[in-house]
Amino acid sequence: MSSKPYIREVPKTSWFFRQPRYMRYMAREVTSFFIGAFTLLLVVGLKRLAEGPEAFQSFLDALRGPLGVLFCVAALVAAIYHSTSWFNVTPQAMPIQRGEEFLPGKMIVGAHYAIWAVVSLIVLIMGI
Amino acid sequence: MSEERQIQLEVLRYNPETDLEPRYQTYTVPCVNEWVVLDALNYVKENLDPTLSFRWSCHMAVCGSCGYMINGEPKLGCKAFIHEYGDHIRVEPLAHFPIERDLVTVVEDFITKFASVKPYLIPKEEKPISAGEYKQTPAQLMKFKQYTLCINCMLCYAACPQYGLVPEFLGPAAISMAHRYNQDSRDGGRDQRQEVIASHEGVWECSFVGACSEVCPKHVDPAGALQQVKVASTIDWYQEHLMPWSKK
Amino acid sequence: MAKSNKPIVWGLFAAGGTVTAFITPALVLLTLFAAMRFAPTMFTYESIHAFAANWLGKVIIFGVITLSLWHAAHRFRVTLYDFGVRADLVVATILYIIAAIGTISAFFSLLSIH
Repeated sequence: MSSKPYIREVPKTSWFFRQPRYMRYMAREVTSFFIGAFTLLLVVGLKRLAEGPEAFQSFLDALRGPLGVLFCVAALVAAIYHSTSWFNVTPQAMPIQRGEEFLPGKMIVGAHYAIWAVVSLIVLIMGI
Repeated sequence: MSEERQIQLEVLRYNPETDLEPRYQTYTVPCVNEWVVLDALNYVKENLDPTLSFRWSCHMAVCGSCGYMINGEPKLGCKAFIHEYGDHIRVEPLAHFPIERDLVTVVEDFITKFASVKPYLIPKEEKPISAGEYKQTPAQLMKFKQYTLCINCMLCYAACPQYGLVPEFLGPAAISMAHRYNQDSRDGGRDQRQEVIASHEGVWECSFVGACSEVCPKHVDPAGALQQVKVASTIDWYQEHLMPWSKK
Repeated sequence: MAKSNKPIVWGLFAAGGTVTAFITPALVLLTLFAAMRFAPTMFTYESIHAFAANWLGKVIIFGVITLSLWHAAHRFRVTLYDFGVRADLVVATILYIIAAIGTISAFFSLLSIH
């Protein structure tokens, strides 16, 4: 049995600086803040929509300006990073077995990107 | 004649009988280009410092004994080729485990957790020998074969930040091994294993960092196994709570 | 070791993550256009209001918003834990309450749009 084992402490707030893969993981996780904030923005917009045209217009006006643009750009980067990181790991979480073979990961990922493109197009066309 | 290079091997030493803290010690090792880090360690032990302690056995990446942190990355000493590194190589014991002595870690925690998931076939019903063997199609085998490749090297535990932050976490290899048996058509012990792996310290401590799969030398993909366990456990949970009458 | 109740939030997290992965980037792009006044005739109150007045539109809007909120809440809970904020129960309660407020607000907003 151990005579005097030495325990190396893991720093609770700076552990992720130790390896690039940990930094990428934290970047991926932080996207949740922007997605949450953006969705709350949508909730507010929805409320203004329900309150009438003047309220909705003031909501749109508040969006315009450097802060609004900055937030949207940050949220866009975050949303895209979330999407790519999510699609790329889907084959790991949901492998599809056909007989003795598994569907190639690239096929599953590719299908997701294709659907993403189509859905995005639909949303953009509907909005514009 | 193979090329030789002088490598500065910086090793974390710790003698529990004399040291209060670990310290680095550097050895100059004439390395042949085809060597692995394990060869360099053995050169040190045979020629420079017989007190250097480290685990190793097969030297061919099947026994899982020679896991170390090599330049900060969890690797098997027998799979870390000298030609992949510069002239300075830092070797430390596997992260997230207590240091016993030099590069030897205390592995009790892993052993206990591994055993706790019941990593053996639990038949659905008792079958006498006379009933014959279990038959399994190649497709049924493929469902779990990948997860049988684990050599218990614990590199995944060294890579997993959640295991480092939350020592109660069952960890990648243990949960993947539970998944291996749950996926085996001959097995009927899933309910028993769920009690262990579907707990807070089980699969739900995992946040899919994925480092475990990146460092696994046998391409087991424990991260994938754990996400599949999460999906299955979630379906389980809804079945149990919304349709408690349904028996598995 | 009792079985955890995490599956409740994890299921929402996973479903929300999938929905946001497909839809949110386009939505953010639209919002960016609005913030940059890209096409002033875009986002007419009438067209968006019409979409939200339709029952299918309501279902879609509610589904997307709710799942996005609960996905973000759960992931942000884990993120704060990873950043060293160890009071997990407190953090979880606060974040899930925010998600619940957003869900309820969206519900009643949609209810009042005819």
